[in-house]
Amino acid sequence: MQDKNGMNSKTKEKKKISDIKGFSSFTSALMAIVVGLLFGFIVMLLANPNNAVAGFRYVLLGGLGRFGDVLYFATPILMTGLSVAFAFKMGLFNIGASGQYTMGMFFTLYVAFMFNLPPSIHWIVAILAGMIGGMLWGFIPGIFKSLLNVNEVITSIMTNYIGMYLVDMLIRSNEAMYIPSMTRTKYIPQQVQIRSLGIAGSNVNFGVIFAILIAILLYVVLQKTTFGYELKATGYNKHAAEYAGMNGKRNIILTMVIAGALSGLGGAFAILAPSEIIGSSMTYEPINVIAANGFNGIAVALLGNSHPIGTIFSALFISYIQRGGTLASLVGYKPEIIDLVIAVIIYFSAFAAIMSSGIRRIFSNRREKESLITEPQIGESSENVDSGGNDEIEKNTNKEAE
Amino acid sequence: MENENYIIEMLNITKEFPGIVANDNITLRLKKGEIHALLGENGAGKSTLMSVLFGLYQPEKGEIRKNGEVVKINNPNDANDLGIGMVHQHFRLVEVFTVLENIILGVEPTKNGFLDMDQAREKVVDLSQRYGLKVDPDAVIEDISVGMQQRVEILKMLYRDNEILIFDEPTAVLTPQEIAELLQIMKDLANEGKSILFISHKLNEIMAVADRCTVLRKGKCMGTVEIKDTTKEELSRMMVGREVSLKVDKKESQPGEVVLSIRNMTVPSKIHKNNAVRDVSFDVRRGEIVCIAGIDGNGQTELVQALTGLEKMLTGSINLCGKDISKASIRERSVAGISHIPEDRQKYGLVLDYTLEENLVLQRYWQPQFQNKGFIKFDEVRKYALRLIEKFDIRSGQGPITIVRSMSGGNQQKAIIAREMDKDHELLVAVQPTRGLDVGAIEYIHKMLVEGRDNGKAVLLVSLELDEVLNVSDRILVMYEGEIVGELDPKETTDEELGLYMSGAKRDNVKEIYNAG
Repeated sequence: MQDKNGMNSKTKEKKKISDIKGFSSFTSALMAIVVGLLFGFIVMLLANPNNAVAGFRYVLLGGLGRFGDVLYFATPILMTGLSVAFAFKMGLFNIGASGQYTMGMFFTLYVAFMFNLPPSIHWIVAILAGMIGGMLWGFIPGIFKSLLNVNEVITSIMTNYIGMYLVDMLIRSNEAMYIPSMTRTKYIPQQVQIRSLGIAGSNVNFGVIFAILIAILLYVVLQKTTFGYELKATGYNKHAAEYAGMNGKRNIILTMVIAGALSGLGGAFAILAPSEIIGSSMTYEPINVIAANGFNGIAVALLGNSHPIGTIFSALFISYIQRGGTLASLVGYKPEIIDLVIAVIIYFSAFAAIMSSGIRRIFSNRREKESLITEPQIGESSENVDSGGNDEIEKNTNKEAE
Repeated sequence: MENENYIIEMLNITKEFPGIVANDNITLRLKKGEIHALLGENGAGKSTLMSVLFGLYQPEKGEIRKNGEVVKINNPNDANDLGIGMVHQHFRLVEVFTVLENIILGVEPTKNGFLDMDQAREKVVDLSQRYGLKVDPDAVIEDISVGMQQRVEILKMLYRDNEILIFDEPTAVLTPQEIAELLQIMKDLANEGKSILFISHKLNEIMAVADRCTVLRKGKCMGTVEIKDTTKEELSRMMVGREVSLKVDKKESQPGEVVLSIRNMTVPSKIHKNNAVRDVSFDVRRGEIVCIAGIDGNGQTELVQALTGLEKMLTGSINLCGKDISKASIRERSVAGISHIPEDRQKYGLVLDYTLEENLVLQRYWQPQFQNKGFIKFDEVRKYALRLIEKFDIRSGQGPITIVRSMSGGNQQKAIIAREMDKDHELLVAVQPTRGLDVGAIEYIHKMLVEGRDNGKAVLLVSLELDEVLNVSDRILVMYEGEIVGELDPKETTDEELGLYMSGAKRDNVKEIYNAG
């Protein structure tokens, strides 16, 4: 009797841990990171066996000494990560974060140079302008998707290029912003820059605080509001959302606009960061390259399992490991090695998600079996098995026919 | 030796899936030249057993013998080599190919590397005459009737010289007349020495055609009986494990005022060029269950989608309680008083990855009861969910926070019914509400429909099951090729008469009644 009770409480505990969704996505991300790092170490070994250990130590621990920089570089990819993650909740793949980011940056720059505003609000207006720029660039794929059912991946790839060339063109032709001899924009007036957090040796500023607050806000919107409820329902099953009378067309546009706003804010935070060197600032170089921070956002969102809070951590992690990666060049490694490691981590995070769901299934099956013994009600699961069987037959005969 | 009589023996088959024993020590012996029925409810393990025979699953225990010799069936090709063929419930035909091309697909006869159609045609024509399977070898599949498509499937098996023929619920898509024809064909095939496994849960058909019947229940074999020594009642008791009332218990209906009034509705088809619903008019009154009967694909789905707002009408008007809702959005129609139990519960009715409580408010999350300034009141949602779970007896692992995907089909359907019946409504539209459910759940759902009717709601039921049509409804409208071809009284009509209407052989001019009135 006691034994039986013991077993029951044990299964209950198992249930608790393995059933929490966040837990399983956290473990899967962790597994992906471990495998990705191992793979990176192997590559380092192959590239240069003598310095591999030293290099790997830089990758792992290098970020520690540069915590300010980790936060600073995490800010834009957190924003683009949130942008991708948010759209993904509705089942949209916002690959256009780069374009929205660049567009946001341009709007911010424009306000910074061309507007004459009181110092107290100038920087705020500049940030909001960046948001509007991103919104505009998110709106375009959104409206195509919702009214004409054009795949948002295609349109947003296009808007990435259009945005990038457009911004480069506009900046080059604007004498107030651009210094042709240095192929970059002028330094932004200090009053428009976001205030520094004052960590020595880095450019980290209030932008990172804003970004984290925005992530939390998004979490609340997704979890607590009717809009979030509709959004997730549409992402999970758009037919059921339609059946329940949700306005899918409006929600698609709204989601893309919000996603664009997030990326645009990322652009604003990046360009308005203060510089350690007095009198200088971040600059934009119109050199016809699509902003990498947009694509890094996809990686951040994937690793964070499209969860706003998870995205905070994944952005910090990726930024951390990138800092470490740049240090690995001290012992002769190319910084690209860290991009390779990140790619492997993303790759494995997909596998790990499958693996962890497999582990969960084993857990829950064992539980089911145990409950079967105690209360013989098998009608439920056997039905699933039966229909599964049917599917199998269908699949196989399809193969045959082909 | 006794064994020599059996062409296929499945001995002590045990197939386990994680957490569940789908087949538990099942023995099935098929004699040469017999029709052997396999009877069981959904989830009893019929499909799994057939998948084992067809090589899709490997059993943990047990063996399969053919003519007394142990054989190993690793995949469907092995099964085919052993002469085992299968007619699936949903046909596997290439729509744009001709009958002949479909039959020879995969085993095309060639001469010097070129197709030898003449030889194939000869064999097909010969087979079709020998077994009375009337087909036109040159007709394109998409142009021929479902009954003929099924004959093509049978010819496919015969063309491959299969001796063991598995029919998986073959009558589900047929009219009563076509069913009679099919059963005759099966008898002829058996007389010619073919051995037939007939999977079904329709007792009438099993009694009419089978020699023996093996009954499965919850993965276990309940025994094999000689049909001539048994009765329908005994079979149903073996299948379900208790006495089941096959009749729906209900009072005489008391139709009140008109709730739903549809006039001249025409809906375009997504599949073909013609209209799926053509100039349909009818009324549904308070306190009656009106059933739209018909064979699958005759416009019922489109009719309901246009009624609930999922599809646009080409022409026509819909009137609900005196209000024109022809142009209203889905949400507006829902608010106006339409509750909808959709045909495909997993595709439309539920967000499978949401919890039970989230699904129970799917139609109502936006109402003041459940939200305040855009924030969902989760306490209210929980309270409401608990009340519905209690009232409608929805069973799940973790109550309101169960992910709906993990629930059984019957309880998923109960959740939809709870949601739709508890919502303020005047009209309940239920499309195939009992599809794929076991007898117990069917009983429950029929009871709920009658209860809704008795509470003064109008009920529009769309069903493909003749038994359901005749037992539950107060009035029957038969749909054929997008039109309503007959209005019948379930107390006066018969299977045969319904079948004539459903197959288009008989039609009345129903339109006149409504257009005049």
